[in-house]
Amino acid sequence: MSQPLDPASWNIETSTARLPALTMGDELCHLAEKHSNIVVLTADLASSNGTAAFRERFPDRFINTGIAEQNMMSIAAGLAASGFIPYVSTFASFASLLCAEQLRTDMSYTKLPVRILAHHAGISMGFYGTSHHAVEDIAITRAMANMTVVSAADGNAIRGLMRATFDVPGPVYIRIGRGAEKPVYETVPAFAPGRFVTMREGAAATIIATGFGVKAAVDAAEILAVDGIELRVLDAAYIKPLDTQAVLSAARETGAILTVEEHNPHGGLGGAVAETLAEAGVGVRFRRHALPDDYVLVAPPSHLYRHYGLTGDGVVLAVKALIG
Amino acid sequence: MTSNSVLERNRDVDRVVLARRADWIRLETIRLIEIAKSGHYSSVFSCAELLAVLYYRTLRLDPTNARWQDRDRFVLGKGHAAIGLYPVLADLGYFPAEWLETYTRLGSPLGDHPDMNKVPGCDFSSGSIGHNLSVGVGIALAAQLQKRDYLTWIMLGDGELNEGQVWEAAMAAGQYGLSNLIAIVDANGMGLDGDVEEVMGIEPIADKFEAFGWSATDINGHDVDAVVEAFDAGQHRSRPHVIIARTRKGKGVRFMEESPHWHLGYLGPKDKDIAIAEIKSRLER
Repeated sequence: MSQPLDPASWNIETSTARLPALTMGDELCHLAEKHSNIVVLTADLASSNGTAAFRERFPDRFINTGIAEQNMMSIAAGLAASGFIPYVSTFASFASLLCAEQLRTDMSYTKLPVRILAHHAGISMGFYGTSHHAVEDIAITRAMANMTVVSAADGNAIRGLMRATFDVPGPVYIRIGRGAEKPVYETVPAFAPGRFVTMREGAAATIIATGFGVKAAVDAAEILAVDGIELRVLDAAYIKPLDTQAVLSAARETGAILTVEEHNPHGGLGGAVAETLAEAGVGVRFRRHALPDDYVLVAPPSHLYRHYGLTGDGVVLAVKALIG
Repeated sequence: MTSNSVLERNRDVDRVVLARRADWIRLETIRLIEIAKSGHYSSVFSCAELLAVLYYRTLRLDPTNARWQDRDRFVLGKGHAAIGLYPVLADLGYFPAEWLETYTRLGSPLGDHPDMNKVPGCDFSSGSIGHNLSVGVGIALAAQLQKRDYLTWIMLGDGELNEGQVWEAAMAAGQYGLSNLIAIVDANGMGLDGDVEEVMGIEPIADKFEAFGWSATDINGHDVDAVVEAFDAGQHRSRPHVIIARTRKGKGVRFMEESPHWHLGYLGPKDKDIAIAEIKSRLER
């Protein structure tokens, strides 16, 4: 018989209760009640990513492939080719890097409705190290034709993006944190496909942020507002397709754009925004606030975010460097 | 509901007719590669009897309804043999025979590797060796979940068995008890660089699949009677089943059978005539 645990203890069984923003398991149950063609796959991570809740409710529609992520992706493609909407779940590092070819060849090229729940994205795995970090995944997935790429800022955004992308005919890469993200949405937002969400209005500059960066951007805007500097903050919940109109409006109306993302500086949100500006011939003060083009240090996640400036204070410094 | 155009499983077709179909596939392959001036003759020749028996006898199909939900599925893991499949699909009526003349030309639906969204009758795209047994697991799982009785057939090369994902899929098929999944290994013994056993040996194939919970049969893949018997017996077993078809790369054209250098190539006019004459001499018998 197991003894009662110390309140400070936690194990795999209790871990997800400590991660209130990891809403995907619960949202899968919600969606599956309405849609009988949803199946859920994971690669030995059900107790870590919240899909165990789905397994409890819908055991016949839950498939565990064991630690075989590439197999899981191709199986999902086969299921999608046979009438199902498969949600595959694994760490974003494995989903985007280990399985890049399965994402490209088996579901993007074939245009099949697989949804990739790529959780623990960015550097949210902290001291687990580079093997468990996904800081290249936006670049990889947005280079795949037919792939929709969305990025959730918090637990409500996960739900909103899962709902908004349910009907997309091709595959969807849903970038998700580890579930410890502080909320930026009080309720589940109704995302419009391909549109940014305006989190705050202002004219001094625009921050276009995605994922974990949205909270840092909102915090930075609040700090600067105290000094009378009003920033526009946009949540790039959709990265592909990109809200190019919002990018160009921001350039025209605020004259300065800072992108904020938990990603390598190459090929991510910042790159996508820069491409839009350059192709439109728009000259604007512009800066990418991303992780360095390097493998990050080992530390707890919150320490890493402070170290790399993915906090309100860090983004304030970046804004000041941009607009002087 | 089934329509009149449904081809039922295990049709009663004369074995001589099936053997002639295999040689016809070889001739069509030579004819179409003439368009591209580059192609995988020998990889088709090794599986010509297997394709002929599958499509002219074994599979339940409706060529007028390529996406019919209850059709048996066939996934060509060794996608580079698609040129052997295209003439068969056209002949069965999946698409106009004129499409064949566009093979590999700009904008053609028919390339070296098959595209499920462009080729009616192609159940899944392929090209990257090693993915499609997993895809087959997914399609077979879908049948289980939907309580449909279609069977999922997948053809792999023996060199393809070097890919790790094949064994992830084999493990999963055993774990899930996919008795509706049948794999055919076109064991022609050769990859691009020569003998599979010398480059990266994969024998004993049957033992390996059996260790993952499959049943296995070893047959001569050019003996139409043996192929028919194995395909009939492979259906509705209690476990996933693999048929290891022992074949020869380049089978049916002697100079290709005897050389290890024909994984990819082109037959100039003189060699093409020799190859065609050898195949036609069998058909005229």
